[in-house]
Amino acid sequence: MAGPTIDALGQFSLTTGLGPLGRAGHFTNSNETMLASAVIIVGLFALGLRRHALVPGRLQSLVEILYEFVRNMCVDTIGEEGLRFFPLVFTIFSFILLGNLLGLFPYFFAFTSHIAVTLALSLFVFIFSTGVGFYTHGFRFFKFFVPAGVPVWLLPLLVPIEIISYLSRPVSLSVRLFANMTAGHVMWEVFAGFMLLLTASFGIYGAFASVVPLGLNVALAALELLVAGLQAYVFAILTCLYLHDAVHMH
Amino acid sequence: MRRISTAILLALAPSAALAEGTMPQMDFANPLTSYQVLWMAVILVVLYLLLSRWGLPQVGKVLENRSAVIARDLAAARAAKLEADKAVAQLNATITQARGTAQAEVAKAVATAKADATATAAALAAKLDAKLAESEAQIAATKAAALAAIKPVAAEAASSILLKLTGSLPAEDKLATRVNDALAARKAA
Repeated sequence: MAGPTIDALGQFSLTTGLGPLGRAGHFTNSNETMLASAVIIVGLFALGLRRHALVPGRLQSLVEILYEFVRNMCVDTIGEEGLRFFPLVFTIFSFILLGNLLGLFPYFFAFTSHIAVTLALSLFVFIFSTGVGFYTHGFRFFKFFVPAGVPVWLLPLLVPIEIISYLSRPVSLSVRLFANMTAGHVMWEVFAGFMLLLTASFGIYGAFASVVPLGLNVALAALELLVAGLQAYVFAILTCLYLHDAVHMH
Repeated sequence: MRRISTAILLALAPSAALAEGTMPQMDFANPLTSYQVLWMAVILVVLYLLLSRWGLPQVGKVLENRSAVIARDLAAARAAKLEADKAVAQLNATITQARGTAQAEVAKAVATAKADATATAAALAAKLDAKLAESEAQIAATKAAALAAIKPVAAEAASSILLKLTGSLPAEDKLATRVNDALAARKAA
């Protein structure tokens, strides 16, 4: 059949970026957006902190608000020990937030919609927090899988459940972010494709009818903006929660 | 027919699109899938080092500096208020003291004036009393003199009346006694 088709998944396919140099180093289009996110974050700090103003301007305020937001999240969730992990949580949060937000713009690759990316991030968080647990408590960290105040005969049932739930953390953490971002972008693409299909099939009437998917996409844009912020927050707060478990074991 | 097939295509488009090809995200055979993770690790490490060594401590310093300045200014304001309170208290004390002094002074002046007035009044009264007594004595003397003077006049008048009526002069001493009696009786009446 001739005419346009909806290619909702083409937007996720990886190519190489940054020209021939990038091709030689296998630098992907996804990494281009990652680089843009990192540059924007660093640029925000550089511009916002040009003057260490007592009364902050707009950019300095933005940087300070971001700083205090993540810092409070760390301290509230992990406790005072959380300040040690603050730079790490900040890096992860700002990177995912910028990735989600940039992914909403045309020509920017939504790298958080790649399971490989989110899985790598959550596996790092999982392995790191487990490492923190063993570093803090030694082998007593295994007690984390033995719920307190439970009759002994229930333990053979509960300990495997605890272990499975612990091991499923990186899966849920990565799939949540990946699925949210993928679903949003697929829906956008599908509704945009509808407009082309309608116009191709029904001519001028179809073009008028395209107002409906266009309106849906506008509404979806607002939702995606919310999801972008929310999922970055969820990822960061769950990272804090896992670190809390590692530090406090309960 | 064409319309119907288009409608069906529209309805099935999302699932068709997903089923059409495999998701690029699941294409782990593609070496780029792994390379993007590798490059992400590089980017994240650089970002982490930049943020933890350079960016975040700066923000922390700015915030710390701000809270220090605010605390300092608050302390200064509090000290200034304390000083102002002290000055006000001192002022109030001074006012109270001045008022007390003034009141004492006024009371003293009033007492002095009162004493003076009393003394003056007493002196005046004494003077008036003396004058009164003197005048009374003078009146009494004048009266006595008048009374003494009236007796011979009365006796003479009585003897001349009797001479006219009887043609004889009464006895001197008898007349004097009768005149005295009559004067006494008049005085009693």
